[in-house]
Amino acid sequence: MDLRLMVDSLPQLLLGMLATLELVALSGALGVVLAVPVALARVSPRAWVRAAPLGYIFFLRGTPLLVQIFLVYYGLGQFETVRESVLWPVLREAYWCAIIAFTLNTSAYTAEILRGAIQAVPPGEVEAARALGMSHALTLRRVVLPRAVRMALPAYGNEVILMVKGSALASTITLLDLTGMARTIIAKTYKPLEIFLAAGLLYLLITLVITRLIRRAETHLSTTANPRPKGRP
Amino acid sequence: MDTPALEALDIHKSFLGHEVLRGVSVRARDGEVIAILGSSGSGKSTFLRCVNFLEVPESGTVRVGGEEVRVRRKRNGYAFDQKQINRLRARVGFVFQSFNLWPHRSVLDNIVEAPVHVRRIPRPEAVARAESLLEKVGMADRRDLYPNQLSGGQQQRAAIARALAMDPDVILFDEPTSALDPELVGEVLGVIRRLAEEGRTMLIVTHEMGFAREVSDRTVFLHQGRVEEEGESSEVFAGPASDRMRRFLSGHLT
Ligand SMILES: Nc1ncnc2c1ncn2[C@@H]1O[C@H](COP(=O)(O)OP(=O)(O)OP(=O)(O)O)[C@@H](O)[C@H]1O
Ligand SMILES: [Mg+2]
Repeated sequence: MDLRLMVDSLPQLLLGMLATLELVALSGALGVVLAVPVALARVSPRAWVRAAPLGYIFFLRGTPLLVQIFLVYYGLGQFETVRESVLWPVLREAYWCAIIAFTLNTSAYTAEILRGAIQAVPPGEVEAARALGMSHALTLRRVVLPRAVRMALPAYGNEVILMVKGSALASTITLLDLTGMARTIIAKTYKPLEIFLAAGLLYLLITLVITRLIRRAETHLSTTANPRPKGRP
Repeated sequence: MDTPALEALDIHKSFLGHEVLRGVSVRARDGEVIAILGSSGSGKSTFLRCVNFLEVPESGTVRVGGEEVRVRRKRNGYAFDQKQINRLRARVGFVFQSFNLWPHRSVLDNIVEAPVHVRRIPRPEAVARAESLLEKVGMADRRDLYPNQLSGGQQQRAAIARALAMDPDVILFDEPTSALDPELVGEVLGVIRRLAEEGRTMLIVTHEMGFAREVSDRTVFLHQGRVEEEGESSEVFAGPASDRMRRFLSGHLT
């Protein structure tokens, strides 16, 4: 074991870790933004609205993330309309292709998590809102979504961790995320054991921190835990 | 004659072809307390829920303070105006058997939610009103607690304050004490009794016969989706006209 090498590669690996965090954070945030309307469609009283995102969810959950990344990265460029569009400078970049693939992928999983949580909101609480004259939209915004988000948190924490690990696939389209960076270092040093071990430890660190953050958010938003005195004795 | 505070006329409702309400009509004068009695499955809850359209009746008319909602059957579904129903609901309070407070909001926030977001009352004003309502239901010292930190009786009193906060013309109670431990029933009935003394118009579904007899002005007895008997509570309880009501009462006064 070349401990020295592990330590020496740390600065570069940390750069890779930053890239990983950025990928996950950006596509995670965009994924949530996409997931909310998809989840709302899934619980619509209208059957055709409910059915609309089914294909989207089925495809994104039913195919490997790697295939989705390749489809965006290699596939989009096949279309002349894409190559000629104003978006081409963006869609040409591996970075944005990874963001797009990750965003779509996580949005499908997040939408399903959120749908489950929305359906788990006790109907009596929704009726209480409706009985006070709250409109459908207001009830959604003030009662259903806040309740659902709290219930979805544990499952969403899982999804974020899966996303961190899945983000390693970005290295297959030349991105220098944590895994990508490890592979570049190994190409120069021929020491896969040390470098992958160091990278693995950094992934563990990320997972650990995320688990903690989610748990803290859970207690903070909890409705069963300790009282939250807001500046009152 | 003064116009009634609430009229629910000829309400029909069925579930999957089973007729649960077969033309029930109830009128409440301003300040009147009406007890709605009947055995399990007679349609009491369904009727209350139809009054504020938590359940959409197949036909019937509901009138509250000048707002009239009439339901007619269309070819595909029912014709009604959601905005109008929301306006009606804002004037009709509903107190549920299972309280249905929102667990993610403090007691105070449960109460100011609808005044602020439905009636658009400025928050400080709504908070001040909520505090006086909490005082009234004996919960002033609990305003910052969350629903699951409260006993059932306290939750129901908070739920009553939440309904009162909209300053409703009528309040509907669906078995407000049935989910409570026996020792907590009294505190909730006490609050409702005080509302009656204030002259609130209320429809109360309850199995607490002593309470119904004492608090209500009139009693409506439902049987299989029809009004079987109706009258001044003092008379109805003293000597019910129908056999069914007599049997019902003797079964409940044991
Ligand atoms: N959502 C529903 N779907 C199908 N049937 C229903 C529904 N709600 C009520 N019913 C039926 O309608 C009938 C009347 O029910 P309702 O709840 O109004 O009775 P109730 O008088 O309130 O009885 P209880 O004293 O038990 O509360 C019952 O036979 C019940 O099974
Ligand atoms: Mg009932």
